[in-house]
This record gives sequence, C-alpha cells and structure tokens, in this order.
Amino acid sequence: MTDHDGHSAHPKYQAHHFKSMEQQTAAGKLGMWVFMAQELLFFSGLFCAFGFVRYMYPDMVSQAQSSMDWRLGGINSIILLVSSLTISLSVRSARSNNRSGTIKFLIATMICGFAFLAIKGAEWGMHMHEGYFPGKYFNPVHHAEIQDPLAHIFFGLYYVMTGMHGLHIVVGLGLMTWMLIRASKGEFNSENYVSLENTSLFWHLVDIVWIFLYPLLYLAK
Amino acid sequence: MEKRDFVKPVLFSDMLSSHHDTGTNYLNAKKGFLSWLFTVDHKRIGVMYFISISIFFLVAGLFALLLRTELMQIRIPNATANSYMISADHYNESFTFHGAIMVFLVIIPSVPATLGNFLLPLMLGAKDVAFPKLNLISFHLYIVGALFLVYTIAFGGLDTGWTFYTPYSTQTSTSVIAAVFGAFILGFATILTGVNFIVTVHKMRAPGMTWVRMPLFVWAIYATSVIQVLATPVVGVTLILVAIERLLGIGIFDSNLGGDPILFQNFFWFYSHPAVYIMILPAFGIMSELITIHSRKSIFGYKAVAISSIGIAVIGFFVWGHHMFTSGQSPLASVFFSLLTYAVAVPTAIKVFSWVATLYKGSISFTAPMCYAFVFLFLFLIGGLTGIFLGALSTDVHLHNTYFVVAHFQYVMMGGTIIAWIGAIYHWWPKITGKKFNQTWAIISSIVVFIGFNLTFFPQFVMGTRGMPRRYYDYLPEYYTFHLLSTIGSYVLAIGLFIVLFNWLHSIFYGKNETNPNPWKGKSMEWTETAVVPIEHNFEKQPISTHGPYEFDELVKPVKAGGH
Repeated sequence: MTDHDGHSAHPKYQAHHFKSMEQQTAAGKLGMWVFMAQELLFFSGLFCAFGFVRYMYPDMVSQAQSSMDWRLGGINSIILLVSSLTISLSVRSARSNNRSGTIKFLIATMICGFAFLAIKGAEWGMHMHEGYFPGKYFNPVHHAEIQDPLAHIFFGLYYVMTGMHGLHIVVGLGLMTWMLIRASKGEFNSENYVSLENTSLFWHLVDIVWIFLYPLLYLAK
Repeated sequence: MEKRDFVKPVLFSDMLSSHHDTGTNYLNAKKGFLSWLFTVDHKRIGVMYFISISIFFLVAGLFALLLRTELMQIRIPNATANSYMISADHYNESFTFHGAIMVFLVIIPSVPATLGNFLLPLMLGAKDVAFPKLNLISFHLYIVGALFLVYTIAFGGLDTGWTFYTPYSTQTSTSVIAAVFGAFILGFATILTGVNFIVTVHKMRAPGMTWVRMPLFVWAIYATSVIQVLATPVVGVTLILVAIERLLGIGIFDSNLGGDPILFQNFFWFYSHPAVYIMILPAFGIMSELITIHSRKSIFGYKAVAISSIGIAVIGFFVWGHHMFTSGQSPLASVFFSLLTYAVAVPTAIKVFSWVATLYKGSISFTAPMCYAFVFLFLFLIGGLTGIFLGALSTDVHLHNTYFVVAHFQYVMMGGTIIAWIGAIYHWWPKITGKKFNQTWAIISSIVVFIGFNLTFFPQFVMGTRGMPRRYYDYLPEYYTFHLLSTIGSYVLAIGLFIVLFNWLHSIFYGKNETNPNPWKGKSMEWTETAVVPIEHNFEKQPISTHGPYEFDELVKPVKAGGH
C-alpha cells in the first residue's frame, strides 16, 4: 500500500464513480478481458478464411507455403515470447513500486516489438521481390518457385493476416509509448497499475495470435 | 409551479430542466454546446444518442416514403429504367440507404445507446458506467461512422443493399469502401459500448443489488452486450476483407478468382443474425418494464425471463445458416440450422407468455407507454409467427427473397424494436426531460401507428406469398393493389410517427414541468432514488437495494403523467 492519506479518502488515481480502488482495478481488468474476447473473434474470422482456402486448394497452399522461411518466423516467435516476459516483468516492477524497472522493461518490450516488425517487413519485401504481390497484382518473376496463378489467394490472405497482426503490434507499441510516458511521470505503483497490466494483456494476446499464425502459415504442410 | 426568471436568457437546457429554481440536475449542471459534446456523463451521452438517432430515423423514413411512392405509381407496360418518378439506379440506392441507415444507425444503437446509457447506472445504483471516457469515445465513433455512411449518400451512392453481398459489392462502381469503413467504425463503437455495459453490470452494482434484483431491462442489455462483443468483430473483419478485395482483388469472396461468395454469406450472417437479437433483446427488456409497471403486477417468472435473454443470445449464434437455405449450402447443414432456428422460438415464447401472464388480473392502465407495449405485442406476435414460415426449409424455398421476408423483418424490427423504443421514451420521458407530455396525443399516435403499420406491411405478406420479389423497381400489374395499399399505409404510418415527433417537441418547448419524481410508481432505483431529473452524479448518497424491481406497494392505478 502506498502512503496516501486516510483509508476512506479517495486515492489520487481513483475515478469519482468508483467506490474503491479495488473496484476500479477489477473493472479495468474485466473490461480488458471482455475486449480480448472481441479480439479473438476478430482473428477467428481470418483463421476460418484460411482454413477454407486450405480446404479448397490443399496443393496450392502447401506449395505456396514452401516460400515461407520458417527460420525468420521462428526468430520472430522467440522475439515475441521474450517480449511477453519483459512486459510481465514491467508490470511486476510497477506493482513493487520500482519505477526504473518498469521503464526499462517497457523499453525492452518495445525494442522486441520493433525488431519483430523489422523482420516481418523484410519477409514481406522478400516475397514482393519474387513478385508475390497480393490479389490482382500477383505476378511472379521468371525464376520464382511458385508460378501457380491461384497462389494469389494464399498470398492475399497471408498479407491480410500478418498485416492485421502487424497492425495490432503497432497499436501495442503505441499503447506502450503512452504507458512509458505515464511510467516516467511516476504514475504507476502497487495500487494503480491496471492500465499497464491491460497493455500487457493486449500484448500477450498479440503474442498468442502469432503463436497460432506461425505454425499455420509457416510449418503446417 | 414554474418560476422562470425572465431576465436571464432561456437556454435549451433550461427548458428541459424542471428544477432550475430549486437545484441543479444533469441537464443544467453545465452549460454550452461543448459541455454536451465532450461530456462523460452517461445521461447526457444517452440524450445525444437519442437526438442523433432520431434524426437518422427521420432521414431513413423519408427514403422509405420515396420508395413506397415510386411503387404506388401505375405500372407502365414495357417500362424502362427511367419510366417512373425515380430511376432504377436511384431506387436501388434509396433502398440501400434506407436499410443501411435503419440497421446500422438507428435500430442497432436505438435502445442500448439511448436508454441503455441513460438507465443502466441509474437502475444499478451507480454514479456512471464503468468507463465514462470510453463511453464518450463510443459516441464520437458513432458520429464518425455515421458521417461515412452519409458521405456515401452525397458522393457516389451505394446500391448493394445493406448486406454488401459479394461478388456484386466488389464490382459495383458505387462507393462501397466508404460505406464498409463507416460500418466498421460503427461496429467498433458498438463493441466498446458492449464492453462498457458488461463491466458495468458486473462491477458497478449498488450494495444489495444482486443479480436477481436487477430490473429485467438490465438483463436484456447485458445479453445484448455479450452478442455485441462476440459477433461484431466477425463482421468487422469481413467488411475489411470486402474493402481489401475491392482494392487489391485478393479474391477470397470471388469465384472468378478462386474464392467463394458463400464464404462471405457465412461470415456476414454469423454477425448479422445475432445482430437481429442485438436489435430485439433490448426491446424485450423494455417490454418487461412497461408491462409490469403499467399493470401493477410483478413479472411472471422473473428468472425464466432473465435467463431466456441469455438463452436467445447463445442460441442466436448458431442459426445464421437459415439465411442461406437457397444458397447451395449442404442440405444437412440446412436441416440443423432450421432445427436450431425453431429452438430460438422457445426462449422467445417464454418471454411473450410471461408478459401475457403478467397482464392477467393485473391492474392495467392504458397509458401511452402501455399502449405502445400492446402495439408491440400484436406486431411482434405476427412478426414472430411469420418467422416460423421462413425457418421451415420447404416454405422458405418459395418465400426466400420475396416481400414476405421484407414484411417479416419489418414486423419484428420496426413493429418490435422501434415501437418498444418509442414506448420506452414515453415511459422514461419525465425522468429524461423533467417534462410532462400530452398523454392523449401520445395514445392517438400509437393507434395511428398501429393502423398505418399493418396497412403498410400486411399486404406485403400476401404479395410475398404470391411471388413479388423484394428490391424490385418494377413489377407485374397484378401486384398493383397490394402496393397501393402498402403505400397508403406508409403515409398513415408516417403521420403517426410525426405525431410522436411533434408530441415530443411540444413537450420540450411547451410542456409543464413534472414535479413527481415517480409518476408511474415504479420500484426500480431510477424512480425511487433520484430527483425528478437525476443530478449529475445520479444519487445524493449511495443507494442500497432492499427489494426486487417489481415489488409494487399496492395494486393501484398510477396518476397519469401527462394530460394538460
């Protein structure tokens, strides 16, 4: 417990409409979990679409998947898993009133996020170099391994799925920047940490979506 | 009673307030346009939603009148696309706007965003919803999404119907991308509102407010919010895919490119069927409130009514295939979807039977809200029973895409949700505005609406069974009489709704102040624990719930709230 005056007085970070800090924290956490249910359903639509395409064109999909570099995807998976650890440590630091730890682990997480985006961007660049553009722009160069024109469906969906995931990474980075500013102002402590924890929940969600994307797109053949 | 200081300028918020000489309330606590636009007060946000939705309702209604007028014209043999008062293209755009505005901007947010926002914290004994700022963001997103849809009206039009079916929606030259982007943003607003309400119900209840002491309206809003959170993201990602398909031609929904348009239909209805429960469940909640208070009886089977809301929400997720009986989906799937569709009838019937059983031996007063509740019961009964025709495989093959479907949808959505919404606005009008309304005109409006509605849509059932297809600009002369009746009915309906509008406006500008904080003698917290118009933070001190919402003191007829 931090040192603010009196038990019954409104703590500094408590919004007026909550009766207690516990209520505020519980509401914040529940809100994030409900929001994550929404995120899950959002991605499930894309997973369904992928399952459908795979069911329709199993040969095309397995051939197109051969262009995926599992090593780069693997590195990205490790990066995201590490970042999940660091953001959890950041929350832990905040809850034990360790401001510098909170900031350091947040920055470490953000570095992981940017590294992920850089590698993902490089992969996109490699695909496009081969001429595997999405949709109607799909036009493989002569020496490209995949010449099947139907492969444009796989690549279209690949770009949409990884793009949507990447968009979530960008949103997560934005949230972490905001948290970084608030952390450097010393806003987080053992009582007031729910927005940081919610950011970490969001980041874990982004992580777990990738944990499903990686085997589906890179490994399952 | 009314001591207005004539030296000061009279502001709009002053007109709405009943108490400005004795105290402040949420309407006059702060002044100025910006104090409304950036308020985090759930009551003000509810009022702003109410005003916006009413405007969109008016616009969409005028489009409907335009369509009906075109269909009333005497048919010309060998007509071309320009034979009638509006061209065929404009006809297509008009029915799309009518549908898109009504579904996305009016019916989906109608009850949850206006009354849900206004009442949820009041009914639960909370100072506000769990996340007031998020609530404001939802409203702003709603306005932005609405602007996108309005933009499509002004520039480029939209002629896909509100369903955005592929492959047409990826090929038409109208501005589909702006429209789906608008619908996506509106979906986001819906999701955030749903998250907010779920957390509010779980975490913001007053001491003593157990789950079985919550008014049934809260249960209904809770079930609605669950659907909003779980179904809306799927249509969000679907609309994104449609937009990307238009931009890049990735071909997931286009059979020419190797995809499948049925996949779109599956995605779309996975959301849009639960969405009709987003539209109707809050209306069910309203019915439970109106029928109990205006017949002075506790609800028959509280728990059954409460749980059936959740039941409808759950089963509603597994019936989407009944929109696709004729699409070529597997016959086995169709059989299961048909069976599950019938299963939804069970919890729905539980509700209707409970309302009727509540009325039995009740002390019914024919107030304006109660008249609308009766209109709802009749219209929803017709709408619900005709749904059975459509859920049955063999008849649906004949009725699919005919006016029968249109009439069924209008009976449950307009005759259900919108009627309940109007009744509820009348019911909570004294609490929202602090004004009395003219009871006589309100009751007249309900009768005119009832007559006009049936005259408009009942002939459409007959036309539908005789094969009149929906969304057609021109038709065979044998349907002329039905179209004529339907159009006359739509004018009567419009007159009824304009009476409602003028009644509300009259009450705001000329109505007497309500002095009784509980004119209907309700027992839920918004009536018993607040001033005539709630103060900014709702309650003077933390209310404590000691009884159920329908434990009325005595079987007496309440004093009429209106009438002057």
